[in-house]
Amino acid sequence: MSELPDLLELAERVAGWSRPGEAVEVYVSRGTETDVHVYDGEVESLSSATVAGAGIRVVADGRQGFAYVGLLEEGALAEALAEARDNASYATPEGWVGLPAPDGASPTLHDLWRDELASFPVERKVALALDLEREVKSADPRITNVESARWSDASSEMALASSLGVTASDKSTSCYLSVTAVAGEGDQNKLGHAYTVGRAPSDLVASKAAGEAVDRAVRLLGATQPKSAHLPVVFEPRVSAQLLGLVSSLLSGERVLKGTSLFADRLGEAVASRAVTLVDDPTNEVAWGASSFDDEGLACRRNTMIDEGVLACFLYDGTSARRAGTSSTASAVRAGFKSAPGVGARAVYLVPGELSAEEVLGRIGDGLLVQSVSGMHSGVNPVSGDFSVGAEGLLFSGGVLSAPVREVTIASSIQRMLQGVACVGSDLEWLPSSAAGLTLAISEMSMSGA
Amino acid sequence: MTTTDGAGLLDHLSEAVVNKALAQALATGGDFAEIFAEDRKGTMIGLEDGRIEDLSSGREAGAGVRVVVGNTTGFAHTADLSERGLLAAAEAASGAARSGGGGVREVAVTRQQAATPSPVEVLPGAVAKQDKVGLLRRADATARSAGGAVRQVSATYGENRRKVLVANSDGLMAGDDQVRVRFRVSVVASGDTGMQTGAESTGATIGFEAFDRWDVEDLSQKAARRALLKLAAKPAPSGTMPVVIKSGSGAVLFHEACGHGLEADFIAKAVSVFTGKVGKQVASPLVTLVDDGTMPHEWGAAAIDDEGHPTKRNVLIEDGFLTDYMWDWLRARKEGRPASTNGRRQSYQHLPMVRMTNTFVANGTEDADEIVRQTPRGVYIAQLGGGQVDTATGDFVFGMTEAYLIEDGRLTHPIRDANLIGNGPQVLRDIDAVANDFSMGWPGTCGKFGQGVPVGMGQPTLRVRALTIGGTAR
Repeated sequence: MSELPDLLELAERVAGWSRPGEAVEVYVSRGTETDVHVYDGEVESLSSATVAGAGIRVVADGRQGFAYVGLLEEGALAEALAEARDNASYATPEGWVGLPAPDGASPTLHDLWRDELASFPVERKVALALDLEREVKSADPRITNVESARWSDASSEMALASSLGVTASDKSTSCYLSVTAVAGEGDQNKLGHAYTVGRAPSDLVASKAAGEAVDRAVRLLGATQPKSAHLPVVFEPRVSAQLLGLVSSLLSGERVLKGTSLFADRLGEAVASRAVTLVDDPTNEVAWGASSFDDEGLACRRNTMIDEGVLACFLYDGTSARRAGTSSTASAVRAGFKSAPGVGARAVYLVPGELSAEEVLGRIGDGLLVQSVSGMHSGVNPVSGDFSVGAEGLLFSGGVLSAPVREVTIASSIQRMLQGVACVGSDLEWLPSSAAGLTLAISEMSMSGA
Repeated sequence: MTTTDGAGLLDHLSEAVVNKALAQALATGGDFAEIFAEDRKGTMIGLEDGRIEDLSSGREAGAGVRVVVGNTTGFAHTADLSERGLLAAAEAASGAARSGGGGVREVAVTRQQAATPSPVEVLPGAVAKQDKVGLLRRADATARSAGGAVRQVSATYGENRRKVLVANSDGLMAGDDQVRVRFRVSVVASGDTGMQTGAESTGATIGFEAFDRWDVEDLSQKAARRALLKLAAKPAPSGTMPVVIKSGSGAVLFHEACGHGLEADFIAKAVSVFTGKVGKQVASPLVTLVDDGTMPHEWGAAAIDDEGHPTKRNVLIEDGFLTDYMWDWLRARKEGRPASTNGRRQSYQHLPMVRMTNTFVANGTEDADEIVRQTPRGVYIAQLGGGQVDTATGDFVFGMTEAYLIEDGRLTHPIRDANLIGNGPQVLRDIDAVANDFSMGWPGTCGKFGQGVPVGMGQPTLRVRALTIGGTAR
């Protein structure tokens, strides 16, 4: 990649174009991706591409403006800088608006890059996806089809420099094999999706993904709509990770300042059961969201947000921290170069308990095991806390799985669910998201059905 | 960006350049090649907490090239729109398709012009940012004056201009210039029962003249009223009952209940409950469902789809009978059937897929108020949120963000937000009343396999005999 510009050098050069009285921050990223979809023994599509771009923030007189461009050429960067500068002139000035200065914290440097990926031939990627499809199809007579089997990988580099002297750069690789199995019986079809992820091809365990996809589809066959009931609910790891992602987004200091977090004014109070210790720790290299730096270039750190049920801290980026009169928790995140930084978690997990998934079911006795939820965006109100989602899973009694259910919702409020955490499993699993999952039992929720 | 506003990054892509790139794409064989070039600019201005906080502008331009060999599609994209960049992407796409045939293929495209359903009078990019900031400030002031319980107001103005050029080895070359503006207000109110939210949103494929028609104060009042009203809301019911959905509250129900299930890619893989149902009755005879990319100024409208063909009006369900699925060009081409021009993509970095445009249920004959009066007990939904469907089972959810209990044929208490769940084929059969008060709803973004595209939705007031309400009431 010798002909490509060094990203940090480029970011520093553009940050150096700042004028007196203004601060400029330049975030640049470049990524190469390969995406292979196979269907019915053939390659359906194969895409490969490099995407690069820059996001530029300008702060002058307490006003911030942002602009991005999907190119790394100097002319385009100069235009983006001019646009960000122009945008800043329309913002409302506030003393707390600004870029962070270097805070002296030294980063936990991760090695998230594997050279192995770059030398892994496309033919092998295609073969892995085809093998996965075949393995799923032959695993069980009730598997009628594979909707898709997919390989994707990415090699990403980023760099950030500001005119205040903050610099950061990082790079990482990732690869992902996934499959969606279709199980059929009578006129009922069920989908089961599973994946295996890693930093390099050698991390992947395709047979585990195949087994999971088959199991998740097949065990739902024969599902019926049960009668409405109030009952204990146990979330599988993938679902609890979604839930924890949601909860941590509400612990944003920015939301608290703006009065839109249901946790505002509750610092030091018991907001959850004692079984709940919620931590965001991007310094943990095994976390999918592990990162040396946050997206304002500060060293990432470990933040305990809920400690044995007690609300311990909120997450802050530079601007929200200054407004709150505290310091940044290095929790600035961006959705790529196209977005200005905001507050968010990267590597959230619940401190695991003692019991395996089976033991959790045994401890709870009777209830609903949820393997997937739908409508997290439409039925959960992050301001009021109202929580209502579609659910797929199985009822269990005496700790043993029984009837699969369909067309049900489960509902409660985020506040009550946290207080109602009855049991935290020991099966912590880092998933390709900003949160880890584990088996999580809630003492009671409303299940709506027939 | 401002300095190059007006100068089109796609202007230099002549027939000659395109022919050369397409020939390169097919240089090692292949059945079909396509170039999709795009130049997209957008600006978003956000007001929150009484302050103009977020001003963000961006530009992305590039081209995606796909090459089809048998059942395999190779795809590559580039941000380099020069002739050299296009040729490199064409070569990469052809390599990705791993074609083995070889041979030289001449390509000659003819530029076609499809009329836009959405002419623009005032380009938003040409309007001073100060005027846009002014709209946001007016919305903020209006919402805050709605009552002391209003705690927070956020408002967003967004504009987007997307120029596209599509050319393929069948000889097609067509372009479009899509301009969209949108405006959204969200309000948080606080009371004894905690905090509640209300929102209102509008958007169209149109220039800044939209604001001559849109009343930001009115949008803001609606959002505030919604939040204030819900402070007194009761928990939503838990269980199955009749549901009346207000006209234009967002036909997300149909988008999820059957729209996705009628997309030909799900049909081809038999992962839709509507597979094999063309010509059969799939819905109550009261239901006529249309997908129409030509609706002037609607959010999902365009002159051409993202495979270059003029958009169409397609009747999907007529008087309850399934007439056809939605098709992308490539799949229709393979089947030797007319395309419905539903091939869309998020950007030049994505392959096109079968997508909806503006999907709506046609007017019925009944009176909306009478439908409520004829409902002894149920739920009335005045505003829907988003939704999600599993096409294989047909089970779908959608959220309600303003709803009321119906008791003895009258709206009584407002109820708290919740999802509803239903099964697509069952719900379509269970529609037992359709009113004559059709209107379109909020602008939507439909997500499918990670790609988001703008979609419109609309419907008259209608009733579903039974849906499961996911509330907590005992």
